Amino acid sequence: MAEEAPVVKDTTVTPPGADAELMQRMFATMHLIRTFEERAAEEYMRGNIGGFLHLAIGEEAAVVGSVLALRPTDPITSTYREHGQALARGSEPRAVMAELFGRETGLCHGHGGSMHLMDRERFFFGGYGIVGGSIPLAVGLGFAISYRQEDGVALVMFGDGATNQGVLGESMNMAKLWSLPVIFFCLNNQYGMGTAVDRASADTQLTKRADAFGIPAHRIDGMDVLAVQQAVSDAAHHARTQHDPVMIEAIAYRYRGHSMSDPDRTRPEDEKARWRARDPLVTFERILLGEGLVTAEELAAVRDANQAAVDDAVAFANDSPPVPETALADDVYTDPWSDDSRGSARMPRRSE
Amino acid sequence: MSTEAAAVSTSYREALTQAMREELERDPDVFLIGEDIGLFEGSFKVTRGLLGEFGPDRVIDTPISEAGFVGLGIGAAMAGLRPVVELMTVNFAIVAMDQIVNNAAKIRYMFGGQVSVPLVIRMPGGAGHQLGAQHSHSLEAWFTHVPGLKVACPSTPYDAKALLKTAIRDDDPVIFLESEGLYAKKGPVGGPDDLVPFGQAAIRRTGQHCTVIAVSRMVWIALDAADTLAAEGIECEVVDPRTTRPLDMDAIADSVRRTNHCVVVDEGWPECGLASNIATRVYEECFDWLDAPVQRVNAADVPIPYARNLEQSALPHAHDVAAAVRATLARGA
Ligand SMILES: Cc1ncc(C[n+]2csc(CCOP(=O)(O)OP(=O)(O)O)c2C)c(N)n1
Ligand SMILES: [Mg+2]
Repeated sequence: MAEEAPVVKDTTVTPPGADAELMQRMFATMHLIRTFEERAAEEYMRGNIGGFLHLAIGEEAAVVGSVLALRPTDPITSTYREHGQALARGSEPRAVMAELFGRETGLCHGHGGSMHLMDRERFFFGGYGIVGGSIPLAVGLGFAISYRQEDGVALVMFGDGATNQGVLGESMNMAKLWSLPVIFFCLNNQYGMGTAVDRASADTQLTKRADAFGIPAHRIDGMDVLAVQQAVSDAAHHARTQHDPVMIEAIAYRYRGHSMSDPDRTRPEDEKARWRARDPLVTFERILLGEGLVTAEELAAVRDANQAAVDDAVAFANDSPPVPETALADDVYTDPWSDDSRGSARMPRRSE
Repeated sequence: MSTEAAAVSTSYREALTQAMREELERDPDVFLIGEDIGLFEGSFKVTRGLLGEFGPDRVIDTPISEAGFVGLGIGAAMAGLRPVVELMTVNFAIVAMDQIVNNAAKIRYMFGGQVSVPLVIRMPGGAGHQLGAQHSHSLEAWFTHVPGLKVACPSTPYDAKALLKTAIRDDDPVIFLESEGLYAKKGPVGGPDDLVPFGQAAIRRTGQHCTVIAVSRMVWIALDAADTLAAEGIECEVVDPRTTRPLDMDAIADSVRRTNHCVVVDEGWPECGLASNIATRVYEECFDWLDAPVQRVNAADVPIPYARNLEQSALPHAHDVAAAVRATLARGA
């Protein structure tokens, strides 16, 4: 059985961390991600996107609340379900969509695809496909911050399923041992593929993983963008000023199957319905309107702008040239050498 | 036989399911363990129905803890059980490599034969589905490198079933490499007691001009190439080793000594690869019979990219095999 939704606060007061401008930006970003991913699903069905496509629809509050609580220069790593992190960091929807289409103009020039977006300029250090694999990378990014005596903080987003990889414990231990500014952000959407948390984890209170290392940990409502933004702001402040890791467990729910190829037959329908009723966009929109922070006209304008941006991204991706085959061996090394002596039938050459 | 019609239309996937079902029925020490193999019926649905038939004590869903449950499988095997561990794909075996190489492969030898490790670790591998660099590995060579492991790479539904049954009954750790691209492939399968012994190659097509050695899905591209070449008057003999450790060198050498030409195909990388190894052994055992250097056909020497056109250009195709055969025959002429 999945977690019960944490009690929804009647958020009638604007939390101190989020001003009106930020709240509007959070809504716009959540809506952009939703619009982008719904369109990505369509493009996948049309065959324009290949491989695995993992959507974070339903999880936008956790994604946006965490990314927007950080400074734009705080490094982030994520999983294969990472379109949202890239977009929240400000990656061009065009470049993200073009990567999904496998085009030259994509963020990673078509080498990566949906699961492997990276935008180094925006300190988004990538989405990774091996569950748990990116957790220690964030510890290393935090190590570099500490080594250079900077005041950044590294955040790694991982799933509930990933908490059962041994590397999480290894990573937490080092982060605490060496006082590294790392936020372990567990986006607990309550399932790893078809396996509910309580079928995979002896203790479903995942924050307890951090207890063993003396890492402060907070469980929050991941459907509430304000709660997420507040918790990550606080965590970042703690990590920056105390040089200390923090864990956050945000409880959320993904509306779609694990990936586009999962028909999602094992999760109970009433459970899905219950979580859909708490849609983070709908909830937040109600708050924004109720607080008088936006007008209905302004929201409509945001929606139109996002729709236009996504249409434009798809048109751009469609019109972009395919990756030239000469790019096959590009970027294997910084400084490649040529080795034509091996006599095999298939030795690619680096494009010049 | 009345079952023949049904048998002919068995998929590679169902053949594997049958093998597990029959072995679960035959031996109470056999159990299945892996991620999402029960309720979710397997990422590739190879364990479909088995949770319902055998219950959660014998079809066990695990956390995402590959090092942990592969190690658990090794321990259970040391105690005499016969675990069949499913890794969702070969790519995740990398997380469990320490357990596989340092424990499964070493325990019998290191402890002077006091215990054996009757374990099977099944996993699909291969590329071609635009899954990107981290999800497109072909690691036949990595496992074949390790003494103490046995490595099976079935290319047909018949072998998928029969080799898996042999693997489960084997007393040593077997790495059982399935091909994602073959799950839907249909063909005949054997009955409950039809086994294929390890170390026995299959000649998939006979021919006198060139031996083409290919494993797993590559067998099928080799056969396609052979069809193309036959139209040009070139007859290939396609040899499928079926297990890469043990390797049926006798069958390979016998063929090469008849054709005097050899091409080796595997989907992994060229450097220190399976094809390199087989080519070396052909040189060692058939040097005096060869009319031309052995040709290898491999994936390009790069991580496998996402973009469809790039990925396709990185992978070996039938036309690459045909080109390699023509090249070796041209050299030998
Ligand atoms: C080491 C490893 N094992 C298995 C997989 C296959 N796999 C991909 S995602 C996934 C579920 C992960 O669940 P969770 O960490 O909760 O993240 P979510 O997908 O829910 O966002 C699994 C088992 C993988 N990619 N890597
Ligand atoms: Mg999850």
